[in-house]
Amino acid sequence: MNETVDMSNGDTEKEIVIVIRKMHKWYGQFHVLKDINLNVERGEKIVICGPSGSGKSTLIRCINRLEEHQEGEIIVDGTELTNDLKNVELVRREVGMVFQHFNLFPHLTVLDNCTLAPIWVRKLPREEAESTAMEYLERVKIPDQANKYPGQLSGGQQQRVAIARSLCMKPRVMLFDEPTSALDPEMIKEVLDVMVELATEGMTMLCVTHEMGFAKTVADRVIFMDEGEIIEQNKPQEFFDNPTHERTQLFLSQILNH
Amino acid sequence: MEQSIYKPGEHPNLPPPSNTVGPIAWVRTNLLSSPTNIVLTVLSIWFLYEIIPATLEWAFLDAAFTGESRDECRAKAGGACWAFIGERFNLFTYGFYPAEERWRIDLTFVLLCVALLPVLWDRCPFRKYGLYFACAFPFIAGWLLLGGFGLTPVDTDEFGGFMLTLVIGVTGITFSLPIGILLALGRQSNLPVVRVLSVGFIEFFRGVPLITLLFVASTMLNYFLPTGTTFDLLLRVLIMVTLFASAYMAEVIRGGLQALPRGQYEAADSMGLKYWTSMRLIILPQALKISIPGIVNTFIGLYKDTTLVIIIGLLDPLGVGRSSLADTKWTGLSNEMYLFVAIFFFISCFGMSRYSLYLEKKLATGYER
Ligand SMILES: Nc1ncnc2c1ncn2[C@@H]1O[C@H](COP(=O)(O)OP(=O)(O)O)[C@@H](O)[C@H]1O
Ligand SMILES: [Mg+2]
Repeated sequence: MNETVDMSNGDTEKEIVIVIRKMHKWYGQFHVLKDINLNVERGEKIVICGPSGSGKSTLIRCINRLEEHQEGEIIVDGTELTNDLKNVELVRREVGMVFQHFNLFPHLTVLDNCTLAPIWVRKLPREEAESTAMEYLERVKIPDQANKYPGQLSGGQQQRVAIARSLCMKPRVMLFDEPTSALDPEMIKEVLDVMVELATEGMTMLCVTHEMGFAKTVADRVIFMDEGEIIEQNKPQEFFDNPTHERTQLFLSQILNH
Repeated sequence: MEQSIYKPGEHPNLPPPSNTVGPIAWVRTNLLSSPTNIVLTVLSIWFLYEIIPATLEWAFLDAAFTGESRDECRAKAGGACWAFIGERFNLFTYGFYPAEERWRIDLTFVLLCVALLPVLWDRCPFRKYGLYFACAFPFIAGWLLLGGFGLTPVDTDEFGGFMLTLVIGVTGITFSLPIGILLALGRQSNLPVVRVLSVGFIEFFRGVPLITLLFVASTMLNYFLPTGTTFDLLLRVLIMVTLFASAYMAEVIRGGLQALPRGQYEAADSMGLKYWTSMRLIILPQALKISIPGIVNTFIGLYKDTTLVIIIGLLDPLGVGRSSLADTKWTGLSNEMYLFVAIFFFISCFGMSRYSLYLEKKLATGYER
């Protein structure tokens, strides 16, 4: 069943793309996400931070159902995530994901990495998929690498290819899971620059990252998670200047003064 | 600290020192690098010196290439008697296939080579049509070898020799790869029924010796089949050999599937690819590439195991050889016979092994990090 929920409360500017209500998830006996409630508006940029193991990755992986939740509901762009594979496929088409370890397909060239999903999922003709791919490769500033294999690129270049690959599907939402934490320091900026540009173009983004500079410049909202719960969320200015919860204060002091 | 002759930042690229490159350096590093290495080198040279001249002497210099019987050979030379192989060559090649129909085997062999070309070589001209032909080849080969539809029918009892080896080997190789892939995927399936069936199949066929399966094929199957039905013995053997190899193949490919990082599956899933699409385009190409050495290993094992059919009365080259040795004219020439058969198998298996190395090299995409 393709459940559609009317989310336009008369105000078109505040269209809500992702609704998470009373969501719980367990890994076996382990209660990893507890009572998550989160609404994401179209065009909103959310940064999620928190200590390692707090469930950040699990949360965003639930949004494209790489992980299954057991209780509550997740509705993405009007489609509820259930066991119905149709719905899952529908959501995955509209949600792009960028991983910590890039996960490019090493046996395909950069161009083929980018055209694969448009051709096989969106059923675009190859020429059209290739011209779109080249457009996005230009936007991430590596059109000259199109015919190389991922193994021949630097980490920063690979992550930019991964971003371009996701964008080629023209997603409505982009999920980032620590996109810069596997990179050498000198490559972090080139990836963040691409992400900032994407943010200014109005993409809806959920980003797990510890790059607080990025959070300050682009985030509309920063969410702090600990032990499977959303502890605190606020505008970046407030969040960094006046964290209310003591766990947030502790986390921020650790991450900012190391 | 000693002063460099170049200013900082101006050091040019220099060639390596001359005593680290060239043939003398190669000998020094590879043959004489340590006392143990020197001893091993000397021993190897001595070993080769003992073996090579004696073998050459027996096989060529002191060998008889013509003659009507073993005694005639012996009268001419003290070494190998190749006249034996020469006289029995057709039997070794075609088995008992009727002499006037042997052109069909020759033609099948030529067509096999034509069909293999586009499969094995990706820059083959007209590759697409070649692949269509390769798909049609099994049917054409079946028709040519068995006859019917205008050709004189030949019974599978009359198959034998290298031709029999090739029939079993090529059939087993062709079918065990796809069946093995399906079993490996089945073993990882989310559907419990599929998983249990795959695991059961794999464990059964891997847990039973091939000889047992061949005996089952030749005798016990009659017991289960309704009386009066005939079910060609060769066909039963082909099925058993294929299933046996498929079970091994499945495990080799499962290794490849498990070696892939989970991120590859997740990336494919997160883009919304359907199961079969992501298997075909992303997972299997990589898993099969990793598995090439194991796959070819299984192929080679299967190919050599075809010699086991001798125990249920099919005459493969070894069977032909042994029956030939029973001929009083040629008794006692087992060295020649086994060497000849060994060379045939070695050439085929070495060919497969080299091809797999070529493939591995070709599929390597840049350096992995
Ligand atoms: N597949 C899994 N099975 C069992 N436990 C898991 C699995 N994945 C993650 N976990 C556990 O769930 C918790 C949250 O993990 P994760 O979402 O990756 O945290 P984060 O991304 O915030 O570091 C961790 O304690 C981790 O050990
Ligand atoms: Mg994580």
